[in-house]
Amino acid sequence: MSFITYLINGISLGSIYALIALGYTMVYGIAKMLNFAHGDVIMVGAFTVYTLCSILGLPPVVGVLIAVAFCTALGMGIEKMAYKPLRKASSPLAVLITAIGVSYLLQNLALLIFGANTKSFTSVISMEPIKLADGQISISGETIVTIIVCILIIIGLMLFINKTKMGQAMLAVAEDKGAAQLMGINVDGTIALTFAIGSALAAVAGVLLCSAYPSLTPYTGSMPGIKAFVAAVFGGIGSIPGAFIGGILLGIIEIFGKAYISSQLSDAIVFAVLIIVLLVKPTGLLGKNIQEKV
Amino acid sequence: MALLEANKLSISFGGLRAVDDFNIKVEKGCLYGLIGPNGAGKTTVFNLLTGVYKPNEGIITLDGENITGKKTIEINQAGIARTFQNIRLFKDLTVAENVKVGLHNHLKYSTLAGILRLPKFRKVEKEMTEQAMELLKVFDLDSEADTLAANLPYGKQRKLEIARALATRPKLLLLDEPAAGMNPNETQELMDTIRFVRDNFDMTILLIEHDMKLVSGICEELTVLNFGRVLCQGKTSDVLNNPEVIKAYLGE
Amino acid sequence: MEKKNKLQFSKTFKSNCITYGIVIVAFLIVQILLSAGLVSNLLKGLLVPLCSYAILAVSLNLTVGILGELSLGHAGFMCVGAFTSAFFSKCFMDTLPTLVRFPLAILVGAVCAGFFGLLIGIPVLRLKGDYLAIVTLAFGEIIKNIINILFIGKDSKGFHFSTTSAIDLNLEEDGQVLIKGAQGITGTPNDSSFIIGIVLLLITLFVVLNLIHSRAGRAIMAIRDNTIAAESVGINITKYKLMAFSISAALAGVAGVLYAHNLSTLIALPKNFGYNQSIMILVFVVLGGIGNIRGSVIAAVVLTLLPELLRGLNDYRMLIYAVVLIAMMLFNWAPKCIEWREKMLHKIKKNKKTTKEAE
Repeated sequence: MSFITYLINGISLGSIYALIALGYTMVYGIAKMLNFAHGDVIMVGAFTVYTLCSILGLPPVVGVLIAVAFCTALGMGIEKMAYKPLRKASSPLAVLITAIGVSYLLQNLALLIFGANTKSFTSVISMEPIKLADGQISISGETIVTIIVCILIIIGLMLFINKTKMGQAMLAVAEDKGAAQLMGINVDGTIALTFAIGSALAAVAGVLLCSAYPSLTPYTGSMPGIKAFVAAVFGGIGSIPGAFIGGILLGIIEIFGKAYISSQLSDAIVFAVLIIVLLVKPTGLLGKNIQEKV
Repeated sequence: MALLEANKLSISFGGLRAVDDFNIKVEKGCLYGLIGPNGAGKTTVFNLLTGVYKPNEGIITLDGENITGKKTIEINQAGIARTFQNIRLFKDLTVAENVKVGLHNHLKYSTLAGILRLPKFRKVEKEMTEQAMELLKVFDLDSEADTLAANLPYGKQRKLEIARALATRPKLLLLDEPAAGMNPNETQELMDTIRFVRDNFDMTILLIEHDMKLVSGICEELTVLNFGRVLCQGKTSDVLNNPEVIKAYLGE
Repeated sequence: MEKKNKLQFSKTFKSNCITYGIVIVAFLIVQILLSAGLVSNLLKGLLVPLCSYAILAVSLNLTVGILGELSLGHAGFMCVGAFTSAFFSKCFMDTLPTLVRFPLAILVGAVCAGFFGLLIGIPVLRLKGDYLAIVTLAFGEIIKNIINILFIGKDSKGFHFSTTSAIDLNLEEDGQVLIKGAQGITGTPNDSSFIIGIVLLLITLFVVLNLIHSRAGRAIMAIRDNTIAAESVGINITKYKLMAFSISAALAGVAGVLYAHNLSTLIALPKNFGYNQSIMILVFVVLGGIGNIRGSVIAAVVLTLLPELLRGLNDYRMLIYAVVLIAMMLFNWAPKCIEWREKMLHKIKKNKKTTKEAE
């Protein structure tokens, strides 16, 4: 029975990874950069909700909506101020190091404002746990909501990308920036939109993460962020279904690793997965192969 | 026997046959031109010959040695050196250092000797500098030996690429559009340099070029490529008067 | 022409000498201040870590600036060097004299870290930029994780290993626990000193600077500038990438040895061997100038000392690092900034000329 509980917990954690991984994979696909600060946007989202709901006492729905709006603006702002000027830089390391700087900046700003002490986050989800198999399996409300929200978002995102003009523009920019520009697509706008969507998802992920694991510090986002990147690579970077599959699998691997191998080594196991994937199939489960033109 | 022979080379990229049934024979000492409209597959042929791509079919031999499917560095050591259409210099190294990298496999000392500055290091480095300067003199680049490659004017960057390729002491030199972006004076000068290299280094040269003045001026033999296939092959004057070639170029 | 090239040679020689000179002069000044009693205890405690940070910065610059790949696991290599050497020193604490033991410990730390560099480098260096960064980060975290659950003890029967607890080692009564999992290693001999730190820093500089200005260094930089072209002139990409990466790792290991033998208790915390430490070393490298070895030393020293000297700044230290990092990257790499800088430079030159002419 505990196996099923672990499995469901794994899927729930994996759903959160999937949401974060979507942001990574979309930004990577379109701007060809690893947005290191993405994980810290999660933390900002969680702190926004914490401030609004736990301190100011606003209803959770309002808090979440404001957090999503705030993170969207933050994501677009970061892109415009820090990444856009470096898009044509001669070294690809430039924008990567800048992203690390932004990540560091967000963490330390949060540290200054909120301090290093762990805040206990009040779950925004008020739903009774569901008991199955005569009460032997109990699934928390957070778990159920997380999985449902994740599935809804993925479906919505797939529809948006495949059915709308803006979504098609994103695909075009991901394929070939120059050609997209020639076709009259607003490349800068499309990249900004990608950051906006990714950051909004990160805010949602932040709220769900802290509802399930209610301790909040300025470093809360950093590890899940990196793990979600692992999930994105696992699924094949640039692929949205890949991010979903990669996220879910990684969540399951982490929870099983914690339960059956060693709780202290669970991070190491997740990272070992990354190294193995990159060795065996560097393009991930659903990724495409890219070769440099000579 | 010809220095370079390629038989029935083919490669496809996702269903598109970029090069199809390509044959070429380049005699030792020849100045050979590979021409054709844009997108005909000329650079792809170079990439096949230098091992950047592995052919789906076909055999390449250099001086009797089968080099099909070998890695780029092995092919370089076997004796093919090249330049690139979009210049690929080591931009943050100096002009002299660029050539010294070309000498890498010919003048050697161990890494440890380099770190500890052993006598061997001094001796070989001195030799390297001398040989590099000698090569640079040929291309009139010796006065800029200490300039960063990125700071050279365009025409000189093209020349430096040739010098660097020569430093690897190849049997066959592949030049990918050496005159691209040069003005008529520079092109004229380049033609003289290419001839000089052939004569003084005992070199065989295969070049891709769009500048017909250069092609007709220095190439002894030509292969015309169109849609990945050989359209026509032979002596330069014959090829250029071939109505098929004229048709392919002017497009009807 | 011959003369000109000699000039070029002596130019790098001169530049290297200035770098060594700065380190030696800094050492002498500190020694004078120490003997005059002008150095606070706080600062005294910082002297060895300073050397270790400078070594880390120089060695990371070999990977980032010279090889052109971003490694975010540098603290992991430092960690390997620290723990292997501390373990070695504890094992031979009673059997070898310090004069023999410490150089051997340094060697052990360097070789082990270099070996891990090789081990991780073989698969990883096939990857590019972003992937390499994330895998090195992953490696650093794995190392830290593993050390935190590792227990090693020794008794008359030999070594015992466990990944659960010290009791599971099943030691005999005379046995001794050497590595205590999350509590790390305690009682490492205090062999490090400021002068040893300076000597190690000088050796690191010697190795890195001489490597850069040699045949292997040129090959490494050629790969950085254009991998495809480097391949086309017959450079063995894998060999030189691995060489740069493992030398860089080995030197980080040396920094770890220095660090470990300055502490009585060595614990693998996120603070000293985690991702944040790797980022801090990267900040040193970026601020000192990517590819600029001398700059790395200066940046490591200034960025460590400044917040300590200006106590009020300490709360904002990390924040300032972050802002500096972003600003430096934008200033140095954004095409628009580069254009603007060149314009300004041009203007200044022009102004100078006109004023000269006016005179």
